[in-house]
Amino acid sequence: MSSTALRHTALDALHRSLGAMMTDFAGWDMPLRYGSERDEHTAVRTRAGLFDLSHMGEITVTGPQAAALLDFALVGNIGGVRSGRARYTMICREDGGILDDLIVYRLADTEYMVVANASNAQVVLDALVERAAGFDAEVRDDRDAYALIAVQGPESPGILASLTDADLDGLKYYAGLPGTVAGVPALIARTGYTGEDGFELFVKPEHAVELWQALTRAGEGVGLVPCGLSCRDTLRLEAGMPLYGHELSTALTPFDAGLGRVVKFEKDGDFVGREALARAAEQALEKPPRVLVGLVAEGRRVPRAGFAVVAGGEVIGEVTSGAPSPTLGKPIAMAYVDAAHAAPGTSGVGVDIRGSHEPYEVVALPFYRRQK
Amino acid sequence: MSNPQQLRYSKEHEWLSAAEDGVSTVGITEHAANALGDVVFVQLPEVGATVTSGESCGELESTKSVSELYSPLAGEVVEINQDVVDDPSLVNSAPFEGGWLFKVRVTGEQEELLSADEYTAYTAG
Repeated sequence: MSSTALRHTALDALHRSLGAMMTDFAGWDMPLRYGSERDEHTAVRTRAGLFDLSHMGEITVTGPQAAALLDFALVGNIGGVRSGRARYTMICREDGGILDDLIVYRLADTEYMVVANASNAQVVLDALVERAAGFDAEVRDDRDAYALIAVQGPESPGILASLTDADLDGLKYYAGLPGTVAGVPALIARTGYTGEDGFELFVKPEHAVELWQALTRAGEGVGLVPCGLSCRDTLRLEAGMPLYGHELSTALTPFDAGLGRVVKFEKDGDFVGREALARAAEQALEKPPRVLVGLVAEGRRVPRAGFAVVAGGEVIGEVTSGAPSPTLGKPIAMAYVDAAHAAPGTSGVGVDIRGSHEPYEVVALPFYRRQK
Repeated sequence: MSNPQQLRYSKEHEWLSAAEDGVSTVGITEHAANALGDVVFVQLPEVGATVTSGESCGELESTKSVSELYSPLAGEVVEINQDVVDDPSLVNSAPFEGGWLFKVRVTGEQEELLSADEYTAYTAG
């Protein structure tokens, strides 16, 4: 792990002053945790947590044919997204393999912001630029134009409301609006990756420290704590949300991942991957591929990505993500398993943990759903 | 963090108490506990088992990873800390005290161990 090439966010010095343990994540030096990752996880479930997500890759698409370009380049119906709303979608290869999962915000009629995973931002940027040929649209690399701070958890609306005049009550899940937070111009989005209510605030990097400190002060009385990527991973896992490189990869189509609903065949015009995805959709009906399921441990040993799922001595699948679940108090995992073993309640399923077959219960995803 | 002066330390980040009536206590250091993060599961050797210096005799699972537990000395396990099996967070909250792992009747040779100051220097690097 070389530290020389690591990129640092605008909040780097602040993280260090808070005593964060840092980690190399997709070439960025990011906070893994500040104290106990379980305490951070619990804070987000019950109060609020503050995250630096500035490693995420923002790409702006503008121009008269911005919508047409994104409808061609991505699998979703992006032209159908109204201004001020956001959509979870994917970008696929011609063969249907997933290049990345994305959130696309429609900022204006002819302006979109595509947010890619840090590890795939360059791949997504290159693909969008390539696919933009012939469209009257501009693809702009805005990775360095934004810092991204998320405040997540049941107390987050109150915390944010104390710092902005923006209409948060009118801001629905998967919507975004420009506004001012703590005196700083921000794109305020009601999105997240934790399974809780919460907001993601896109701001200029030079405003990041000021905003972080204002949110920290505003959250002091209600138990807001800074949170690292470690708890972000357990939060998203409990919420059954896929992570690229684990549940998603170029070897899988959205249908393989159980996310075929993001592919909109009914939209106008051709899109990259349409033919292959149509075949994948048919095949998913006729001969189901492995199915993404939840596994809950009966014991205490923790399944990790890559461990074999077994039944009757045979390998029937593979763990893609696993961790001790702070909310359930047991180890949990997501895994791709053969369809015959995918039904919730299927018995006799185990995970091979360093040679011993530990019993696991097959459950429907997600493991955790917040009470609304 | 400070490493208690009366203990000896291995480069695998275990600590070892001076033998009393031939029995030493083993745990992992605060440095190791901090590096692991929240420990959620400990698997210890069984009472009566023979452990060998420098060889794996159990495992510690944290949120992010699993680590082998190495014995810093050779001998017979005479007691394990059931409290830490029941509540693995003791490894994080009190690594040098309530989070001790097992006790060994020393029969064989010890790994080359570090003093507290040597271990502090070793982990500072």
